[in-house]
Amino acid sequence: MTVDSSRTRAAVAGPPRPPGRVPTRPGPRGLTIAGVAYRTPYWVFTGAVAVVFLFPLVWTAVASVSPQAGTNQASGWGFGNYTTLADYQAGVWRYLANSAFVSLLTVALTLLISLLGGYAFARFRFPGRNILFLLTLAILMVPYATLLIPLYVLLNQVGLQNSLVGVALVLTMFQLPFSTFLMRISFEAVPRELDEAAKVDGCSSLSALCRVLVPAVKPGLITVGLFAFLAAWNDFMAPLILINDSERMTLPLAVANLRGQVQGVVDYGATEAGVVVLALPCVVLFLLLQRHYVRGFMSGALKG
Amino acid sequence: MNVSAPAGPPSAAIRGRLRPGRLRSGRRQALLGWIYATPTAAFVVALFVVPLLLVVRMSLSRWPLLGGDQGLNAPENFSKAVEHRFFTDSVVFTLKYTVITTVLLLLLGLGMALLVQESSRWNNLLRASFLVPSALGLASASLLFYVLYSPYASPLAPVVERLGITFLGSPNAALFSTVFLIVWRYAGFYMVLMLVGLQSIPADVFEAARSDGATRWQTFRSVTLPLLRPTLALTTVLCVTGSLLAFEQFYILTKGGPDNSTITVVQLIYMIAFQGQNDLGVAAALSVIVLAALVLINALQLRAFRSEEN
Repeated sequence: MTVDSSRTRAAVAGPPRPPGRVPTRPGPRGLTIAGVAYRTPYWVFTGAVAVVFLFPLVWTAVASVSPQAGTNQASGWGFGNYTTLADYQAGVWRYLANSAFVSLLTVALTLLISLLGGYAFARFRFPGRNILFLLTLAILMVPYATLLIPLYVLLNQVGLQNSLVGVALVLTMFQLPFSTFLMRISFEAVPRELDEAAKVDGCSSLSALCRVLVPAVKPGLITVGLFAFLAAWNDFMAPLILINDSERMTLPLAVANLRGQVQGVVDYGATEAGVVVLALPCVVLFLLLQRHYVRGFMSGALKG
Repeated sequence: MNVSAPAGPPSAAIRGRLRPGRLRSGRRQALLGWIYATPTAAFVVALFVVPLLLVVRMSLSRWPLLGGDQGLNAPENFSKAVEHRFFTDSVVFTLKYTVITTVLLLLLGLGMALLVQESSRWNNLLRASFLVPSALGLASASLLFYVLYSPYASPLAPVVERLGITFLGSPNAALFSTVFLIVWRYAGFYMVLMLVGLQSIPADVFEAARSDGATRWQTFRSVTLPLLRPTLALTTVLCVTGSLLAFEQFYILTKGGPDNSTITVVQLIYMIAFQGQNDLGVAAALSVIVLAALVLINALQLRAFRSEEN
């Protein structure tokens, strides 16, 4: 969407507007010598900025397999740091499994709840509808720490202390404002005729939802699922407070704890390897689903 | 959501057929709505409303980490929280950090948005590379920079050593190193929000300014900026809220040091609750103070942006 509207505007408005760093003169850019000369500083500058953003990521990936004194990969290139990571306490597989469990449960719960909730808010009138919606959005206003302290006590009382299910429930709640809002506007963008036609054909509201509406709001669901996954996979504070058993730590917590382990000497190589393992799924998902990712931000911006 | 008359004969037919049982269908609608909204309501009540009430009760009770509720001790938690030896320092530091981060992120976000707002293959590439860091978690990013800033493993170590500075050694260095991490992680995010705002400005406004002979700077100052106000309001509120609640970056990167100079308010809550003092009552009191301050600050900001409009 971003791309489309700017392209049409550029076509209409011709030369760019505000403080442009782009040539005012339209024409076959880059083809003439003057055009190239004019644009080169722009390319160099923007390219340098892009390198600043990419360098830390690339460097970490390279450094994690390069030789470094004081790590498990003291000489030559290889995966020694990953071996350290794999053998740390309960083992990286354990923490990966914990993180995957929390993330997938959060994604599943968020999708289910926001699908049903968005449907209810967009298509039905019921008493308390506006209050419930505002209450859901109000979650955004309350600091993380303010909720995590009482949640720690509450989860203890219902036997979910130190439990990954508890963490997933809490993370789902923190996802609800964004996902409910996004699903509501996704449903509202679907013409009502669609589900009314389905109901004429004898569908109940539930089967109209499953057969007709779910395909129509699929982009919204992808965005919601992507954001829920990224939030849950990366979350640090909820497991930090709610989990205190090293067997049940999630990966970010395990990698953060890994640093201070060996008699106060930090194993930077293993930390780099941990960052790579943490970042890889996020970067891959981002590259695959970039359009959905940007769309999520856009709907967030429209809200304001 | 608004039942704006759907045109066309089929829906008219439905409405005709349903008219006799309209009241019943309204009640049915409400019932169905509630059924679909029940999971949302259950989560919001059990994991948001109840904890919010509980934190208020905790803030008014003596509540050690392991002992649970030990009865009422009304304003004592609050006075203990305010008199904590790090309270003033952490508030001042959090505010300072918030101002620096907000100014930098908004300026850079807007600058980068202007830089890449034209759609071309190169600019799409730039946007993607600015945005990649925002896919990382804040904890992962902090760990990454923890290594990048270390005197041993960093590729910048030789340069830094020659210049005789450290990234995390002095209070100011630690603050600005963390700010750089945050800018790296979030600038792309604010760029996208600014891009959305820029694209919602109609093109003919710029055309008009240009045909009136406005320079680029004049156009930017008196056309772009005023029309961007809703976006600026949103980004400011987001950025201020996020920075006031900073935790991970300092917990992982600086651990509050050097000399406890980089302790934020949320970090103080965590320390009081789980590190050493283990007093959930005082931590809850501090959380309530933070919540109230946040609501107040956001209300003031929205009001400022709204009154500017008039």
